[in-house]
Amino acid sequence: MTQSRREFLKSCGALIVSFSAGSLSVSSLEGQGQFATHPSHVDPKKLDSWLAVRADGTITAYTGKCDFGQGIFTAQSQLVAEELYVPIGRVTLIQCDTSVCPDQGTTSGSQSTPTNFNTENLALAAATAREALLGLAAVKLGEPVEQLTLANGVISSNIGHHVRYEELIGSKRFNIPLSATAKRRSAPDWMVLGKPIPALDRTALMTGRFEFVHHVRIPGMLHGRVVRPPEMGATLVHVDEQSVRSVPGLVKVIVRKNFVGVVAETQYQAGLAVRKLTVQWNPGPGLPPQNGFFDYLQKQPSHDVVSVDSRDTEAQLAAAISVIRAKYTYPYQMHGSVGASCAVADVKPESATVYSSTQSAYPTRSIVAKLLDMPIDKVRVIYVRGSGCYGLNGADAVSFDAGILSQEVGRPVRLQFSRQDEMMWENFGSACAVEHRAGLARDGRIVTWDREDWVASLGNRPGYDQPGNVITGMLLGYEPELPEPRFAKPPTGKLRNQSNTVPSYFAGCIGGSCGGDGTIRSERALTHTVRSPFFTGPLRSPLRIQNTFANECFMDELCAHTQSDPVAFRLRHLQNSRVIGVLKAAANAASWQARSSSRADTSRTQTVSGRGIACVAYEGDNGYAALVAEVEVDLQTGTVRPKRFVIALDCGPISNPDGLRNQTEGGILQGMSRALVEEVTWDPQRVTSVDWETYNSLHLDYEMPTVETVFVTPANVPATGAGETAITVTPAAIANAIFDATGARLRTLPFTPERVKAALRENSQSDER
Amino acid sequence: MDKITLNVNGQQHIVAVDSETPLLFVLNDDLGLRGPRFGCGMAQCGACTVIMRGQVVRSCVMPVRVVGQDEVTTLEGLGTPEKPHPIQQAFIEEGAAQCGFCLSGVILTAKVVLDVKPDASDQEIRDALGGILCRCFTHTRMLRAIRKYAEARRA
Repeated sequence: MTQSRREFLKSCGALIVSFSAGSLSVSSLEGQGQFATHPSHVDPKKLDSWLAVRADGTITAYTGKCDFGQGIFTAQSQLVAEELYVPIGRVTLIQCDTSVCPDQGTTSGSQSTPTNFNTENLALAAATAREALLGLAAVKLGEPVEQLTLANGVISSNIGHHVRYEELIGSKRFNIPLSATAKRRSAPDWMVLGKPIPALDRTALMTGRFEFVHHVRIPGMLHGRVVRPPEMGATLVHVDEQSVRSVPGLVKVIVRKNFVGVVAETQYQAGLAVRKLTVQWNPGPGLPPQNGFFDYLQKQPSHDVVSVDSRDTEAQLAAAISVIRAKYTYPYQMHGSVGASCAVADVKPESATVYSSTQSAYPTRSIVAKLLDMPIDKVRVIYVRGSGCYGLNGADAVSFDAGILSQEVGRPVRLQFSRQDEMMWENFGSACAVEHRAGLARDGRIVTWDREDWVASLGNRPGYDQPGNVITGMLLGYEPELPEPRFAKPPTGKLRNQSNTVPSYFAGCIGGSCGGDGTIRSERALTHTVRSPFFTGPLRSPLRIQNTFANECFMDELCAHTQSDPVAFRLRHLQNSRVIGVLKAAANAASWQARSSSRADTSRTQTVSGRGIACVAYEGDNGYAALVAEVEVDLQTGTVRPKRFVIALDCGPISNPDGLRNQTEGGILQGMSRALVEEVTWDPQRVTSVDWETYNSLHLDYEMPTVETVFVTPANVPATGAGETAITVTPAAIANAIFDATGARLRTLPFTPERVKAALRENSQSDER
Repeated sequence: MDKITLNVNGQQHIVAVDSETPLLFVLNDDLGLRGPRFGCGMAQCGACTVIMRGQVVRSCVMPVRVVGQDEVTTLEGLGTPEKPHPIQQAFIEEGAAQCGFCLSGVILTAKVVLDVKPDASDQEIRDALGGILCRCFTHTRMLRAIRKYAEARRA
């Protein structure tokens, strides 16, 4: 990872798969999901597409899942080292270069571990290679495979003969398919996997040597900037090129429909041109008021989906002893990468190369080809890490933009977004409203639960063929993905809980088969997807965090209404052993005191404290977490101070415990920032969160709470994702702790002092009543 | 274009740039340095931090003409991969990064605070880091690494 660009390209050049092989058409890729491994010119069914043994005995592995700070580079290197019995230092991993790596769609959705660490793809390739090497050694040594052992890249027979991997296959192809029966090394035997191996990028990062995409420099490279419209829906009237005539080093002003950019010899000159360029725009149609936005959202035409519906919730609600209802709202939030996005494109008449920090190398290749009107197999996208993205930040758009600028000037162009380009035009995490109604029986059991949510949506990841899903495509006249209004169809098949719409306490019964994690059989979950006034897209735990906030807080309300202990009340309605497992483990590790909330703190001191819990089966089956939050609330100022988090996490076998801990701590603290301070704002015309003065994030001076992490590791389960599980439960755990401390219920993020004070006032008024 | 002489990480460089160019662009584009990075261009996040005259400076808003003969130290000027500075070593040992984009601001600011006040309290260290942003939220590990360095420095 510390190697220079020249060496990197050299290492790719020695490769085994050819770049110019024909590519599959877009249509054949449909329906396989954005995270899956797709057929491409690099055939994922062939071992040589994943792995090569070089003449010096080192191993080069190729992956379509890339590292943007979550540690998957190190973990995948461990995986290959483990399966092949070599030290990790002997493995070179090439990630997400479309000329040589298999097409694994998008690195996202907590899917890298399930995809590459179980029994398919990279894991299967490494196991296949080991078995193939053993087979070759058996022939060479004249000994049966059963008599052979592996260590350090050497295969030995029990009578003392040895052969090295490179002597068997060094720099030659295996020429075999992945073997479906190749046996993974089992977790109890692991020597490299499962160990807290320090992330391989650490030294380069800490000493300033690490190459981010922002540092890519190629000979003859120019510098670009874009000029975005002032607001959503604005259209270009006129660009006055005379206005920049005096800018030194200016190479070209580029206009394509509503897309405007400049290219100059230096970054400074490009910036100067942007400041001086006179551009006239027609205003956009305006925006719905931020105040009252959720009422607006709930009145719009919507695309409706029912996840589960027992068709008896209305009758059960009418018959219930008591009915509790509540509405939760979740604001638009930002990826807000620290580094504004950047890409370098080198577009020639016959080929194009784009250095990009996108999570979607192959889909980006496809879109670049479309926008530049080039054959797809002439476009190469090389992943180079950018600033942490947490989902769809500006990395895709900046890659497309750089391609256009480079094509226009016929030279390589490095494009650096400004802070405002990044923040005003990224695909925000969706705003969301959730309305719950639940009926309770005399014994406190939940007998029925009906929930409806409204999700704001416009655009998405561009995928292989929808450039209009991000700003670049829209400016060029492509349509974004839109929610088509329609009524819900009855659910069929097995319960799918990808977005955690369905609370963990639902039985999740569809057609007699119950796929939920809980026991409540009178259940309905209806989602209305509504056109958003801004672009939206996946932001770490997309919709899962919104839904889990609403579900886990409402569960807490039901619990408080029945004066039950929040852990016991949850256990009473759960049946999934892994959710139960993490819930008990978290409560245990936090020394949870069983009692009902809120705490009867009558002393009314200035600062009160409380604890709350929340749990989730992430996406239904992709990781399990329960989080205990302990907070202090200043009753005068309304300030919330989390003091301690204790999380129990079950993601199956753990590839790297230190990496997992790092992800988990970061997830919780990022979730805390989102819960306490983060919210996109706008005025009647445009987004007003355009920099770090106008979009809040907890800076490094914030006194962070302690975070304690407990791993629950059941035997014989597959590995799940883990990067988004912890953040998913954080806002709910904090809100529940605030309720425990104060009796005030926060139903809207972020929990600003003003909102906390308003909730406290509301609570004291209802007490008086 | 103006000819400007810069002293960066112990070496003298002569660059031909417009004198209004932000120091950051010169460090990245003309000297090929990777430590300071463009985060916001508005001195709001700290990703472009360098050290000058024993103080941290946001190189994204400093025109190169005002640098003069002052020595500029970037993250790579502190130590090498073979011989990291002790504060870099502490960050390596604590694994105090995720994406790592913000590290110039975090490491250089903490170093300067402790150079000026070796017995700075946790609160004083945090206060000094007030303008630094880490969106991966590696705060806890970073503070742990800084504390480790501070304690070793005092010993």
